[in-house]
Amino acid sequence: MAFLRASSPHTHNPNTTGRVMREVLLATIPGIAVLTWFFGLGTLSNIIIACAFGLGLEAAVLKMRGRPIAFYLKDLSALVTAVLLAIALPPASSWWLIGVGMTASIVVAKHLYGGLGYNPFNPAMVGYVVLLISYPQYMTLWLAPENLSVQGAIFDITTLFELVFGGLASTTMDGLTAATPLDVFKQTAGLTAQDIYAHKAIFSQGLFAGAGYEWVNVAFLFGGLYLLTRKVFTWHAPIAMLAALALFATVFYDAGSSSSGGSPLLHLFSGATMLGAFFIVTDPVSSATSNRGRLIYGALIGALVYIIRVWGNYPDAVAFAVLLMNFAAPFIDYYTVPRTYGHKKAQRATQTGGQ
Amino acid sequence: MTSHTIWEVPGGIHPPENKAQSMAQALVECPLAPEYILPLNQHIGAPSAPLVSVGQAVKKYQLIADAEGIFSAALHAPTSGTVSAIEERLIAHPSGLSAPCIVITPDGLDHACSLEPCEQPFELDHASIVTKIRNAGLIGMGGAGFPSAVKLNPHTNTPINTLIINGTECEPYITADDMLMQTQASELLEGVRLLAHTLGNPANVLIGVEDNKPDAIAALQEAAHTANQRHNCDINVVSFPTKYPSGGEKQLIYILTGQEVDSGKIPASMGIVVQNVGTAVAAWRAVRYGEPLIERITTVVGESLQVQRNMRVRIGTPMNFVLEQNGFMASQSARLIVGGPMMGYALEQTCVPVIKTTNCLLAPSHSEMPEAPPQQACIRCGHCAEACPAGLLPQQLYWYARSDEHEKLEAHHLFDCIECGACSYVCPSSIPLVQYYRAAKGDIRKTAEDKLKSDKARERFEHRQERLAKEEAAKEAKRQARKAAAELNKAKMAAQQAVGAVSPPPAAPANTTANHDPSAPVIPAIASAEELVANAATAAKAQQDPTLDKARLSRTVESLVSSIERLKAQMAEATTEGLEASRIEKMAAKLKQTELKAQEAQAKLDAFDKTLAAGSQVDAAAQKMMASPNAAAEKTLNSLQKRLSKAQELHLDAVNENKPSADALKQGVIKLEQKIEEAKQALNEAQSTASSSNSSSSEPQKPDAAAAAIERAKQKVQAAASMTPEQKAHAAVESLQKRLAKAQERYTKAQETHDENVEAFAIGVEKLELKLKAAMEAQKEGSEQA
Ligand code: SF4
Ligand code: SF4
Repeated sequence: MAFLRASSPHTHNPNTTGRVMREVLLATIPGIAVLTWFFGLGTLSNIIIACAFGLGLEAAVLKMRGRPIAFYLKDLSALVTAVLLAIALPPASSWWLIGVGMTASIVVAKHLYGGLGYNPFNPAMVGYVVLLISYPQYMTLWLAPENLSVQGAIFDITTLFELVFGGLASTTMDGLTAATPLDVFKQTAGLTAQDIYAHKAIFSQGLFAGAGYEWVNVAFLFGGLYLLTRKVFTWHAPIAMLAALALFATVFYDAGSSSSGGSPLLHLFSGATMLGAFFIVTDPVSSATSNRGRLIYGALIGALVYIIRVWGNYPDAVAFAVLLMNFAAPFIDYYTVPRTYGHKKAQRATQTGGQ
Repeated sequence: MTSHTIWEVPGGIHPPENKAQSMAQALVECPLAPEYILPLNQHIGAPSAPLVSVGQAVKKYQLIADAEGIFSAALHAPTSGTVSAIEERLIAHPSGLSAPCIVITPDGLDHACSLEPCEQPFELDHASIVTKIRNAGLIGMGGAGFPSAVKLNPHTNTPINTLIINGTECEPYITADDMLMQTQASELLEGVRLLAHTLGNPANVLIGVEDNKPDAIAALQEAAHTANQRHNCDINVVSFPTKYPSGGEKQLIYILTGQEVDSGKIPASMGIVVQNVGTAVAAWRAVRYGEPLIERITTVVGESLQVQRNMRVRIGTPMNFVLEQNGFMASQSARLIVGGPMMGYALEQTCVPVIKTTNCLLAPSHSEMPEAPPQQACIRCGHCAEACPAGLLPQQLYWYARSDEHEKLEAHHLFDCIECGACSYVCPSSIPLVQYYRAAKGDIRKTAEDKLKSDKARERFEHRQERLAKEEAAKEAKRQARKAAAELNKAKMAAQQAVGAVSPPPAAPANTTANHDPSAPVIPAIASAEELVANAATAAKAQQDPTLDKARLSRTVESLVSSIERLKAQMAEATTEGLEASRIEKMAAKLKQTELKAQEAQAKLDAFDKTLAAGSQVDAAAQKMMASPNAAAEKTLNSLQKRLSKAQELHLDAVNENKPSADALKQGVIKLEQKIEEAKQALNEAQSTASSSNSSSSEPQKPDAAAAAIERAKQKVQAAASMTPEQKAHAAVESLQKRLAKAQERYTKAQETHDENVEAFAIGVEKLELKLKAAMEAQKEGSEQA
């Protein structure tokens, strides 16, 4: 009788790409919960709309490319991109804004480059940056945390609908939004850090890095640590990024003077720091491959984030930093090929140039 | 037991061990099978050569096939019976190949032939132990099946300082070595001591066992303790954390010594020998009891079996028989794997035999080993790189393998991949990475081989053409040389005769003309030598540009030598990688061929050198002879002067005594003086022509080689004519002696430096000796005649 002919190894660990993605989605839940707690239903609406766009676009493109739709949808990568972009966008963003962002993510950044695994740039970040450059007026409008805003407004379904599908008077809008901690810190010329913490509501209502934002970051940190324990990724890139960011913040803290760039705590726990460190920087496809490479990759992102935040024109910088380093990843790979057993030293990837 | 430092290999994985199910039952003997199938090639290297014929009765332990060369292993009958066939049978092979096998139908009696035990194995010397191990057909029982005797005979300059006994057994499911260590611990220790003894008692003797085998470790430690106390040795049982693939030879070496085997090198090159525990026990039984390797412990495991356990199985037992003994339920079996789940290969048929390296038969059920899920895109998660024990980047290798970028694959050290499967195991996208690597390795090897083949074909063709041309040229040159020599001889004889005929009695003062125009009487000789001159011209043409030919020849030799080196490197790599036997064996054959060819080419080159040398000898002789008119003229002058002084004396005496002959004597003196004058002139002339001809012949006059040859031949004839036979013979003897001395010197030098051309030199010396003898005889004869 004939048996199945298969090549070794004959066993496989239960880990699959679908499982990895599922873990990532699971790990975003605490962050989403805290976001919703502080910023209202807008986060959820973002996610729902983005996921709908994500699945729809993915299916459409797969169909156009003649690929099995169900098989590829099951790897959940489209959903991960959708959720990450949704979290990064201001809560209760317009549906069309999300649609444009998702199109840039899924169609351009992912499938035009050949689909999952072939994309040199993180799709969610491409979507984010496209929106940031095209529609800066919408992208910089962050809803204020609930305790600084019109009571109950951000949990009101009607307001939410008006926000998402348009038609909200801009005056009402103004009442709902507020500058983010990073914005505040950037635009307070002449005030010392201490003054800012004492007089600006967003800081005085919070503990160390801005009301609401600090807890969002803590929640994403937890999600990240969960993924670390599940061995979804290694510690190298995120820890290197956080360490570099903290280092820069410490060096340029300047004892909290009026020219201070902000405390390390501020930088670690506001903006998209933790989301970026554990959910964006760790995106395997677009990062460096070796552990040594990931250390460099992460550290450079951390440095860039600080540089753009403090000396650049954009309030937050994770997306730019990540995209810039996506460019550099093949280059890093080229110089960080690990040393192979039995070889005296690691050698460059190839003599004929990396990729 | 002293504690031992452990190094940790990077990477590695922890797949479910699944070792308990086969250890629950005791080790049993597999009953006699209805048929034994013994493949002639169970090892790395050349297949063994059958010593039996169909129909012949054999006894248990009887040698039925002998090792074919060093890289081979002997084969013995597992039981008594009749050889029922020697034919191609299906064997356990990843691609379901057939191979020549000796098939034995047992008679059920299990009669054994008498064995040759050795009471004091530790008194045997290295060679006899290695011979015994070789005769017992021992091969590495852990996996690749490397002939053990070869490993115990390491040809390296590094003395062996570490013997590692591999009891790691890191693959899931397999417990054959575990069982062996538990049940035969003391024999194993004896075996280890014996192997250490054979290797010259290296300083470190380590038995490495993963810590998931506590019972085996305990048994070994106890046995080691006893052995160490009783025999005052220091065998260390080292346990280390379980992690796949710690049992890989290179990985184990790193774990136990912290040293890495250089890529492409074998462990022995750094003084380390690794042997499997099974091999150690088998070695002990082979040397102590004279027992050849006819059985082994095999783990029979998997959920499609009713009984999962270890069995002592005789080599050659068909696997379906073994499976039957354990209640195999074929319908439930997902696949049948020889070896473990990580590196074993799946079989299509069960009628293949258990061989010396079969450590496990794994028959999992469908739920136990479901089919691999379909492959997804690589998400570059890097899990594979983290799992890789060799420090490779599997995802990059995969990338390049898919796009057939062979150069990049090699730059990423594809060939350092040990195919452990750790990367495939962890890949979340279920990419069968190892399969890609295997295919890519095969492709690269094939490309290299094809290139080698076409190179060789071209080389062979060119070589043949060259050889033919060269043979032709050499033949022609020889013929010409022979002819020229004959003509020269003839001419010399003629000249001699002519000179002899006209040469005056030495004391005759009246004789005037003959001596100072030596060429005059030999004009007929020159005429007869015209032919010779023509011949010499053609010979010169035939030899036209010998340097070119020589360059071509030496290029051939060089290319052959380099391909030998290449082959050797390949072999080394292949053996360290534990490649398929057939490939290595093929390589060995190829290497041999190439070496032979290189020898041939070298010999030809030498021969060519010699013919060249012969050519220049002729020239040298010609020059020597050309120098001789001088000598002749000088001699004439001398003798004339002597005669003059005598004549003067006579004349003086006559004047003093006032003899009447004084006048006449005076006339004589005057005449002699004139003669001397003439002779002096002749000498001057001779000298100037000699120097001019010398300079002309030393100039390389390629375009006019023929003219030069004619010139030379003419001069030769002249010279020959001017010499007396004695002189000529003497000169010949002298030059021969000089050449002989030189040749002998070269020969001894070659001997000292172990030059490969020693033989050629020896032959040269011999020939010269013969020639010298002949020349001396000729001289004697000549002087006797004179
Ligand atoms: S484990 Fe698989 S998916 Fe991950 S990088 Fe390696 S090959 Fe790609
Ligand atoms: S199979 Fe090769 S590449 Fe994969 S883990 Fe093993 S050594 Fe590394």
